[in-house]
Amino acid sequence: MIEWSVIDTWIIVVGVLSAVGCALPGAYLLLRRQSMMGDAISHSVLPGIAGAYLIVGNREPLTLLAGAIVIGILTTVLIRLVKHGGQVEGGAAMGVVFTALFALGLVMIRRAADHVDLDPDCVLYGAIELTFLDTVPLLGMDVPRAALLTGGMLLANLVFLTLFHKELKLSSFDPGLSDALGYSSRLLHHVLMVVIAATMVASFEAVGSILVIAMLIVPPACAYLLCDRLVPMLLLSAAFAAASAVLGHLSAITVPTLFGQEDTSTAGMMALMAGVLFTAVFLGSPKAGVVARSWHRLQLGARLLSEEILGLLYRRSEAGEAAAPLMFSREEARRAGQSRLALWLARQRLRRKGFAHFTPGGMLLTERGLHEARRLVRAHRLWETWLVEEMNLRPDHVHGPARRLESITGESIEEQLARETAGRTRDPHDRTIPPSSDV
Amino acid sequence: MWEEAWRVFTLGDYNTRVVMAGTGLLGLAAGVVGVFLVLRKRALLSDAVSHATLPGVVLAFWVSIALGMTGRSLPVLLSGAAVTGLLGMGAIVALRRYSPIKDDAALAIVLSVFFGAGIALFGMVQNVEGVHAAGLTDFIYGKTASMLLSDTLAIGAVALGVCGITVALFKEFRLLCFDEAFAAVQGWPVLRLDLLLMGLIVLVTVIGLQAVGLILVVALLIIPPVTARLWTHRLGTMTMLSGLFGMLGAGTGSLVSALFERMPSGALIVLSASGFFFLSLMFGTEGGVVPRLWRRARLRRRIRRQHLLRRVWEMREQTGRRHFHARGLVERHGWLPAIAALELRAARRAGIVRRINDTEWELTPLGEREAARAVRNHRLWELYLITHADVAPSHVDSDADRIEHVLDPEMIRELEELLARERETVPPPSPHRLDAPPDGGGNGR
Repeated sequence: MIEWSVIDTWIIVVGVLSAVGCALPGAYLLLRRQSMMGDAISHSVLPGIAGAYLIVGNREPLTLLAGAIVIGILTTVLIRLVKHGGQVEGGAAMGVVFTALFALGLVMIRRAADHVDLDPDCVLYGAIELTFLDTVPLLGMDVPRAALLTGGMLLANLVFLTLFHKELKLSSFDPGLSDALGYSSRLLHHVLMVVIAATMVASFEAVGSILVIAMLIVPPACAYLLCDRLVPMLLLSAAFAAASAVLGHLSAITVPTLFGQEDTSTAGMMALMAGVLFTAVFLGSPKAGVVARSWHRLQLGARLLSEEILGLLYRRSEAGEAAAPLMFSREEARRAGQSRLALWLARQRLRRKGFAHFTPGGMLLTERGLHEARRLVRAHRLWETWLVEEMNLRPDHVHGPARRLESITGESIEEQLARETAGRTRDPHDRTIPPSSDV
Repeated sequence: MWEEAWRVFTLGDYNTRVVMAGTGLLGLAAGVVGVFLVLRKRALLSDAVSHATLPGVVLAFWVSIALGMTGRSLPVLLSGAAVTGLLGMGAIVALRRYSPIKDDAALAIVLSVFFGAGIALFGMVQNVEGVHAAGLTDFIYGKTASMLLSDTLAIGAVALGVCGITVALFKEFRLLCFDEAFAAVQGWPVLRLDLLLMGLIVLVTVIGLQAVGLILVVALLIIPPVTARLWTHRLGTMTMLSGLFGMLGAGTGSLVSALFERMPSGALIVLSASGFFFLSLMFGTEGGVVPRLWRRARLRRRIRRQHLLRRVWEMREQTGRRHFHARGLVERHGWLPAIAALELRAARRAGIVRRINDTEWELTPLGEREAARAVRNHRLWELYLITHADVAPSHVDSDADRIEHVLDPEMIRELEELLARERETVPPPSPHRLDAPPDGGGNGR
């Protein structure tokens, strides 16, 4: 069994604070379609940190903040310069700028490594496991410095997002309107980038500057798949971020034991757990999830197929073959563009609604089925008549559109069609339009 | 120290020579393929793919240890990298297709989650025997020093193959980049070509892991094409230049990293490639900062010169005197005195005006001809705007001002024929009444 200690508690606290603090501004990054800007800044923040160290010689929060602000602005400006000068797309410009800055940062850190305690691995992957070694007394407790730092960052982000909620919302969804109203979307972009850079610097100790991007984008992406209002999305992002931090640490100390190892990087597991949560949402979201969407599509296919079968049965009864049962094979379903599963579901639907009964030789219409089928065929032929007369389509071109329209024809539309086709009883193919069922 | 530098830079070491050749070929291949990556606007896709290779490297190491191998076999590690790299690419395509997530977010998600998984796996193999000997961390930052001779040769051979395929399919890739729909209509296997291109990208990414490291290998694919773009508009030239810049960047970088063994060679390679990029951004003929500023300054000089000539001509028409005061330029035309003085001095050096006495100037014969031409362009255009474009006379001056500087002789001839004016060598009269003080919207400068 796992041994829980106060260290684990603090690791989780720091993880949750930094994850939530990243996810909130990250949601705006996602909405502004600039997620990769987060990636760019997470790399380019390295020379900012190293530069601040080398110049000032300490790693106080204010020093790092200054470095972050400078690098945030520098990165956005450089990217714009490369984009216009080189006439390339934004992605390539980003790639050029952040790799160059990151390389510069690596070299600076390696040079400084002799006289400053700055470990590139720590900056990149974080050392959340070691945060407990560096504490400051607060309210009679030894609180890790990192907890204070990430807590302060979360608080600052909350204040920023609350104060500029309206402006950020406006410029994220309609930059043109935002500019016209006098809220410069470019200025807001710069401000947001500086906030992101500062957030990264504050969390690099916990999750590392590269894994920060997981916390920036993945929790908001989960929330994005689940809702489409801004404030609920922000709250959900925070919840997902906190969940991936907690799950991340738990799995970091449990999963490796399954393979005979002791433990693994909490930061890596946090990112991985965020990915697991995202996969779950991607598959299972009730609205945008893959499962929900394919289920919905299958249901729709089954409904269309059952209507197809009803229409076929009705036309056979018109031709006087009502007594002969109908076999509707898989090949016919495939020709109608539906799968075997949809055919099975369509049969279930017909049976459940009592539209058809099943004999060993095939399907036969019931009384209720006849009623429903007549309604469908009536809608179909009314549409055909209307399309020929009002839309001047050729009679041999109207079957397809009418087939699509009949499925969505309700009572009021049917009445109006009947009115507009002036009570005609024959369709363009000279077949009888069945009378309205309540006659 | 200096002796060592000398030995390195004169390629005294056999090993350095081989490593340089390998990385140079790698840079060449990356530069050549990268052109199409950048033109297809997928530059950051390769970033996501390269980060996604980390779990593959670690897993391959683990599996090969479990199977009783050393774990230090480059082909095994790189095939693992290729597998998860392709998996990451597949995940991006799936997100793009089956979810409302936008492209940029899909890249960021795949990049960070795969990289996180890699770090987590890495943490789990920390204590496995032989992990340090396998040098897995070298795959993150790159380390040319850890490349064995056989590795280098293999990398060079693959790079050469990638180059060969790209050159052989140059025409196809060009069409894919510039007009995919046309290629499809022509019946080309667009999807297969696209997959092949992406496959080449993954291949280059994977063989670059050891020298450049997975965080920075994307730079080899992006920086050389963007550098080349600053020198040319033509795809063929751009591809060759890009290959050249890639080779130079990677070669120089690995040379320097032979000198500073503690530095991550990936960073040095990227820094030297971005050094070439920075020079090109400054001096590149297409979009470089210095040529652009130079062209702009030259245009501004020409426009100022023409304004001076036209103003002098107009003052002369008004006063009827050959001589003019520098003061007149300031008073009537609202130039700053300093600018007027500067322009006059420059014009005198060019032999267009000469000084009569302390305050008065006149046009030289050369200046006469130039001024006549400038005024003529301006007024021809004004007349054209009035007679053919139905612009009110009070509005044509500023419009004419904008276009007169770029009228070439061909255009002037057409204007003349169009206007069918009497063919004079002197400028036609101004459509504005010059004896009256300028009205508000017209000549009011």
